Amino acid sequence: MSQLPDASRRLWEERVPGGAHWSWVLRRGTTLRLTDVEGGANVAMLLYSREDTTERYNMADTLKGQHTAFLTRGNVCYSDMGRALCSVTEDTCGWHDTIGGLSNAALVKQKYGEARYQEHRNAYHRNGYDSLVNELGKYGLGRRDVVANLNLFSKVTVNDDGTMVFQPDHSKPGAFIDLRFEMDSLVVLSTCQHPLDPAPAYAPRPVDLMVWRSDPPGPDDPCRNHCEQNRRAFINTERLYPLG
Amino acid sequence: MSTALVESPLDASQAVMRQVVPAGEPFTGVLRKGQTLRILDLEGNQAVDTLFYNAHDPEERYSANDTIRAQGNIYLTTGTQLLSSEGRVMLTITADTCGRHDTLGGACSAESNTVRYALDKRHMHSCRDSFLLALAEHDHGMGKRDLSSNINFFMNVPVTPDGELCFADGISAPGRYVELRAEMDVLVLISNCPQLNNPCNAYNPTPVEVLVWDA
Repeated sequence: MSQLPDASRRLWEERVPGGAHWSWVLRRGTTLRLTDVEGGANVAMLLYSREDTTERYNMADTLKGQHTAFLTRGNVCYSDMGRALCSVTEDTCGWHDTIGGLSNAALVKQKYGEARYQEHRNAYHRNGYDSLVNELGKYGLGRRDVVANLNLFSKVTVNDDGTMVFQPDHSKPGAFIDLRFEMDSLVVLSTCQHPLDPAPAYAPRPVDLMVWRSDPPGPDDPCRNHCEQNRRAFINTERLYPLG
Repeated sequence: MSTALVESPLDASQAVMRQVVPAGEPFTGVLRKGQTLRILDLEGNQAVDTLFYNAHDPEERYSANDTIRAQGNIYLTTGTQLLSSEGRVMLTITADTCGRHDTLGGACSAESNTVRYALDKRHMHSCRDSFLLALAEHDHGMGKRDLSSNINFFMNVPVTPDGELCFADGISAPGRYVELRAEMDVLVLISNCPQLNNPCNAYNPTPVEVLVWDA
């Protein structure tokens, strides 16, 4: 669905400023569109089953199941329990990082200097790790629950010798990714800059969120049929919701 | 970073601990700051799934993402500093006669086997089962929440410039080893991988040996 959904399906819209952290429960049968408002945004994201938060997005299972080191349209975010938490049903950006990890307080201070709340109010410098821990705390989760995260809108490639290369100017203004939720999921995110972003200034960018009611994936769904592994992940998921 | 093979000067007869870990079994132990751990691939191309925790605060644990980001390279070898989730150096790889090790491929599990291979593979033994049982027996109240992205010693999981990831044939061989010096007191959690569905270990999980030297 590259077009905007019909107005009757839309549930709400909101903007997350750059450097902020956010969380919500996205229900099975809803789609979350994240839009890079200005270009150059980064969204560090973690996903958990709402029913049992020990079930969560698993980077390794997601990558080796689909033989990819990044996410784009057709891919699915696997949980550690062999299920599909959400599917990437649309993507105008083309590459979302899965290996770059999070910034932390020391890194942000080293790159951008110190900027405390006392002097800078809500423009104070935040970092990805503390932001996610902060948001996780609202659900009884914490440091133990920070696993390898997604970095939506960022691109990190790997050379043949293993060197990691951050690709600047990757995400354009208006680029978006649609995540269709296959399970009731806790979504936790931070809009801090990517830890490998070489830009010298602390300049995290905003993202727009839009949520709508989406149809259940049919037998011909492109994400389900992206590969045989995804078909089996959908079987595991649908057995968890046998009544729909 | 160097990918040259680096041998160790340490003499196995001086090790304070030696233990063979059969395929499909876990190993746990505490490594004191300054001690050196060697993992020896006895028969070649055996996956040794490994996690490290701060022995005094297990909520601080090995971070695959921070480790590869800080060194700017996805492969682990001599000179790699294994960083914690708090950005501190937990261990340093001091010798490596294999060449590189994976930290993106994760640990096999009953559930991931159903996805990767077939639904009826659920009942085969897996690394995450070994991890869970070892943590349950280890008196720290630790469990599945503590299973973050691990290291796969001796595994070769290349990523191509266009973003493809695959389990390639191993580059290890009988007698190859990796050595790590603890920079803090660490809890070591190993699963000697029982995976029977993957050609990377020639479908034949084999024993490894764990050795420890004092500083």
